[in-house]
Amino acid sequence: MASRPQTVRRPPTAGVNLSLNNPTVRAILYQIVVVGAVGLVVWYLVSNTIENLETRRIATGFGFLDREAGLPIGESVIPYSPADTYARALFVGLLNTLRVALIGIVLATLLGTIVGIARLSSNWLVAQTARVYVEVLRNLPLLLQLLFWWTLFRDLFPGPRQAITPLPGVFLSNRGVQLPAILWQPGYGYVLGAFVIGVIAAVAVSRWAKRRQASTGQQFPVLWVSLALILGVPGITFMAIGAPFALEQPELRGFNFVGGVTLTPEFAALLVGLVTYTAAFIAEIVRSGILAVNQGQWEAALALGLRRGQVLRLVVLPQALRVIVPPTTSQYLNLTKNSSLAVAIGYPDIVSVANTMLNQTGQAIEGIAIIMAVYLTISLSISAFMNWYNRHIALVER
Amino acid sequence: MVVPQPVKSVSPHPMIEMRHVHKWFGEFHVLRDINLTVNQGQKVVVCGPSGSGKSTMIRCINRLEEHQDGQIFVDGIELTNDVKNIEAIRREVGMVFQQFNLFPHLTVLENLTLAPIWVRKVPKKEAEETAMYFLERVHIPEQAHKYPGQLSGGQQQRVAIARSLCMRPKIMLFDEPTSALDPEMIKEVLDVMIELAQDGMTMIVVTHEMGFARTVADSIVFMDRGEIVESAPPQEFFAHPKTDRARLFLSQILGH
Ligand SMILES: Nc1ncnc2c1ncn2[C@@H]1O[C@H](COP(=O)(O)OP(=O)(O)OP(=O)(O)O)[C@@H](O)[C@H]1O
Ligand SMILES: [Mg+2]
Repeated sequence: MASRPQTVRRPPTAGVNLSLNNPTVRAILYQIVVVGAVGLVVWYLVSNTIENLETRRIATGFGFLDREAGLPIGESVIPYSPADTYARALFVGLLNTLRVALIGIVLATLLGTIVGIARLSSNWLVAQTARVYVEVLRNLPLLLQLLFWWTLFRDLFPGPRQAITPLPGVFLSNRGVQLPAILWQPGYGYVLGAFVIGVIAAVAVSRWAKRRQASTGQQFPVLWVSLALILGVPGITFMAIGAPFALEQPELRGFNFVGGVTLTPEFAALLVGLVTYTAAFIAEIVRSGILAVNQGQWEAALALGLRRGQVLRLVVLPQALRVIVPPTTSQYLNLTKNSSLAVAIGYPDIVSVANTMLNQTGQAIEGIAIIMAVYLTISLSISAFMNWYNRHIALVER
Repeated sequence: MVVPQPVKSVSPHPMIEMRHVHKWFGEFHVLRDINLTVNQGQKVVVCGPSGSGKSTMIRCINRLEEHQDGQIFVDGIELTNDVKNIEAIRREVGMVFQQFNLFPHLTVLENLTLAPIWVRKVPKKEAEETAMYFLERVHIPEQAHKYPGQLSGGQQQRVAIARSLCMRPKIMLFDEPTSALDPEMIKEVLDVMIELAQDGMTMIVVTHEMGFARTVADSIVFMDRGEIVESAPPQEFFAHPKTDRARLFLSQILGH
C-alpha cells in the first residue's frame, strides 16, 4: 500500500479574548482580588501588632532563647536543669511531645487494629466488648479521660513512703513507677553491635526463606528464627563478655525517689489516654476498611482452601489498606495535636513548656510561632510519610 | 512442563453425596430434604426459579453455607464442623461465581498462583508454570500480567475458572457463571466449560443456559422452593417434564 503523506491536524488555538465573559480572565481576576484581600489583612495585623508592642516597650525577636530559663521541668529524656537556656527547655518539651506521640501512634495502631478486627469477630462476647470499648472511648471528651487516668494513677497508689514493692527495686507510688536503671558497662558496645548483627541476620534469613519458598515451596518458621537471632546473638555476646551487670536502685530520699528510671503518672496518664482514645477511632476505620472489601472476596479465597487468617492477610487487608490509610493518617495527626492537652495534667510537653516560657518572658508572639512551627513540622512529616506509604501500597496494587 | 492428565474414571464412585440435607435461614426453610448423588466424571446441571435454593445447595458442598441436618460426603469425606475436614474438602472442590470474585489487587498470574503457593505449598516457579498452562487452556495466556480490572467480563470469568483449576480440584461447582456477562461473551465461557466437561471433570453447574445443559449434562436437577422436584437426563427433562412446576419453568425460560 502506498503511504500517503498525512496532513497534521493541530488543536485549534483560542483567539485572545480579554472580555470579562471569558472564564480564564475571570479566574485570574478573582485570584488577584483574593490575594490582595489576604495581603491587606496580614499587613494590618502585623503593623498593628508591631506598633502596640513598641508602645508597650516589649522587645521582639528570638534573642531571649539564649537566656537562662530558670524553669523546672518534671521529666526529661536529656539532662536538664533550670540553669539551662530557654532553647534547651523548649527542646526538652519537644522531645517529651515526640516521645508520647511516637509511642502513642505505635500503640494506638496495634490496639486499634486488634479492636477493629475483634468487632467483626463471630464470637458474641468478643465483638460486644470491642463495641462497648469503641462507643465509650470515642464518646467521652478526651480531656475528661486524661483527667480520669491521671487521677487513677495518682490515687490508686500510696505515697512514696508506703510505696508498693512488687519486686525488689521496683516501687509503685503516686509519684509513678520507679524502676532500677541498668548502668552502662564497658562491654555493652559489643552487645549493641551483636544486636545489630542479629537484626541483619534476621533480615537475611527472611529474604532467604522467601526465595526458598519461591523455588521449593517449603515454608520456614521465619518469625521464631528471627526472634532467636535478634535476642540470641546479643544474649550470647553478653554471656561471652562475662555478663557484666549493675543496677542503680531508686532510693527514697525525703519525700521522693532519687536514681533509677521514673515513669511518671503524668506520662502514663497521657500515653494511656491518647492511645485508648485514638485506638477507638482507628478500630472503626479498620472495621469499615475490612467491611468495604466485598464479601465475594472472602468466599472466593475460602473456596480456594485458604484459611481465614490467610484470607485476611493475603486478600482482605491489602485491599482494606487503601481505605484505611488516609483516615488513619488524620488520626495520627489528631493524636499528636491532642498531646498538647498534656498542659491539663502537668506533663511537660512543648506547649506546656512554651506556655510557661511565654508567661515568664512576655514573648507571646514568638512563643506561639514556635509552637505552631513545631506542630506544623511534626504534622507535615507524618503526612509526608503516610502519603509515601499510601503511594507505595497503591503501586503494589495497580 | 508438567502436563496435567485428565481424570479418567475407571469405575464411577460417588464424588458428592447429599443425604436428607436441610437448611434454614432463621425461620426460613431454604433446603428441604435434599438427596443428590454425583458420580465421578458426571455433569449435573441445576436449574429452577429464582430463590429456589440452587446457590445455597451448591454452597453447602464446600461449606460456604452450613447445613443443619442430614449428611454431605465429598469424595468420601463427611463435611463436619472439623476445620481440617473443611479445608481438605475445599482443596478438592473448585468454585466459580457469578461475580467472578477475582482478587483486584493481584495480577492474573498472582490470582492463579496464590492458593497453590499458600495452600498446596507448591514452589512459585512450578505454580506459575501450572498457571500458564491453565491460562492457555482458557485461551488467554497473553493476559497473565494484567490486573483483573483491565479485562473484559468474559476474560475475567475465564481467569476465575483457571484459578480454580490451578488447585487441581476433583470437582468444579459453577454458580450461574454466565449470568453477569454480556451476550457476546457468554459463548467464550461456555466453550471453556464444555472443554472441561469433555476432559472428564466432575461438575455441578447452576445455569439457565439450556443449550449448554443439552450438550453437556448427564442429568438435570430441577429445584423449586428448596426441594429437588425433578431429576432426569436432559432429553427426558426437556421432552417430558413430569411436574407442572417444571413445565411452567421451562415455558418461561425457553420463552414460549
Ligand atoms: N444469607 C442469607 N440469609 C437469609 N436468607 C437468605 C440468605 N441467602 C439466601 N437467602 C434466601 O434463601 C433463598 C434461596 O436463595 P438462593 O440464593 O439459594 O436462591 P437461588 O436459587 O440461587 O436464586 P437465584 O436464581 O436468584 O440465584 C432465597 O429466598 C434467599 O432470599
Ligand atoms: Mg443463586
